[in-house]
Amino acid sequence: MVVNCEQVWREVSNYLDGELEPALRLAVEEHIRGCKRCAAVIDGTRNVIQLYSDDRMLEVPFGYSQRLHRRIDESMPSTRRGFLGWMAAAAAAVLVVGSIEVTRSSLFRGSPLRSPMAQSGKGVPPDLMVVVDDDGKLFHLAGCPFIRAKDPLRTIKAAEAKREGYTPCPRCLKKYLQRA
Amino acid sequence: MPERARVLENPAEQFTEAMLIRRIVAGEHDLFYELIRPYERRIYGAAFAILRNEADAEDVAQEAVLKAFKHIRQFRAESRFSTWLIQITVNEARMRRRKAHANIMEPIADRLDDAGEYIPRDFADWREIPSETLERNEIRQKLAEALAELGQIYREVFVLRDMQHLSIEETAKALGISTASVKTRLLRARLMLRDLLAPGLGGPWSSRLSFEKGTKPW
Repeated sequence: MVVNCEQVWREVSNYLDGELEPALRLAVEEHIRGCKRCAAVIDGTRNVIQLYSDDRMLEVPFGYSQRLHRRIDESMPSTRRGFLGWMAAAAAAVLVVGSIEVTRSSLFRGSPLRSPMAQSGKGVPPDLMVVVDDDGKLFHLAGCPFIRAKDPLRTIKAAEAKREGYTPCPRCLKKYLQRA
Repeated sequence: MPERARVLENPAEQFTEAMLIRRIVAGEHDLFYELIRPYERRIYGAAFAILRNEADAEDVAQEAVLKAFKHIRQFRAESRFSTWLIQITVNEARMRRRKAHANIMEPIADRLDDAGEYIPRDFADWREIPSETLERNEIRQKLAEALAELGQIYREVFVLRDMQHLSIEETAKALGISTASVKTRLLRARLMLRDLLAPGLGGPWSSRLSFEKGTKPW
């Protein structure tokens, strides 16, 4: 059997896929041994197939698999969904608490007590006028030697100072702490 | 071809897959993740071949997987699960494409179908480009661009057959066309890609590659 160039081009795919009858296959091989043009077509096509068949050519967007699983989670009536649902609920709760904390901290510039280790005191008259500094943690009676004079000072009511997280000075307001 | 021997083609793996499907149908829904894991990339690849848009392809891949889960009782073991899954993906992607292109005429190349023969344009011999060069983004990009230039009907067949490694029969089934059409379109797709890539593979890309010029391995 003898084949010409057109017949070879028609069979390039079948030849490379190993789907030719033995006689036709031999004829194609015989042809390309003497035909550089057809050999180039077959070699190049084989190379193209090899390149595209590589897994690296099948790229997926970053995070694709996670998003796919999440979508399944959302629609699947299974225990996994329940578990993940609880996880999501817990995460949401953390976020809510976190956002409240952030709000509080932005209002009060810190944790509820500016010094977590300090005592909040007991019996401080709410209307007692006290002195605080913006960067400090304590509220003082006017004239207390432990007021940091270099800081900006404010004179406010004790109740307000407590709401902002200040705690009684352990020197000038010691009596309220002893009762705590 | 040995390369065509893919996941779950051996009986032991098919057994595992069949077991998984039975257990999922029986209510162990969590096993569905295991079932689809080997095919996640392929689903996306099939959708992208049709839609050529990352966001749409990902959305369609998700829809296809959900649909497969919903209808898994309808899966019949005479075909491979992967083929069934790809078939669902192709249908979803085509529906999405039809909606998006309802008022747009398809390119002429897409409507020519299988009429006439494709004659190779470039007869230059080029040095073999080894797969290692795919590490280079620019080469992958060039290959992706060439693939995008193919008409829809050729790209679909080429992606399913040569990138997703479906057989001729599976490709025909997934696309709803005859095996003869698959073969014709595949031949054209391969020859067109070779012509599209020839200027780069035979010239500028090769000259910048570090591999040795030598005898081809075939």
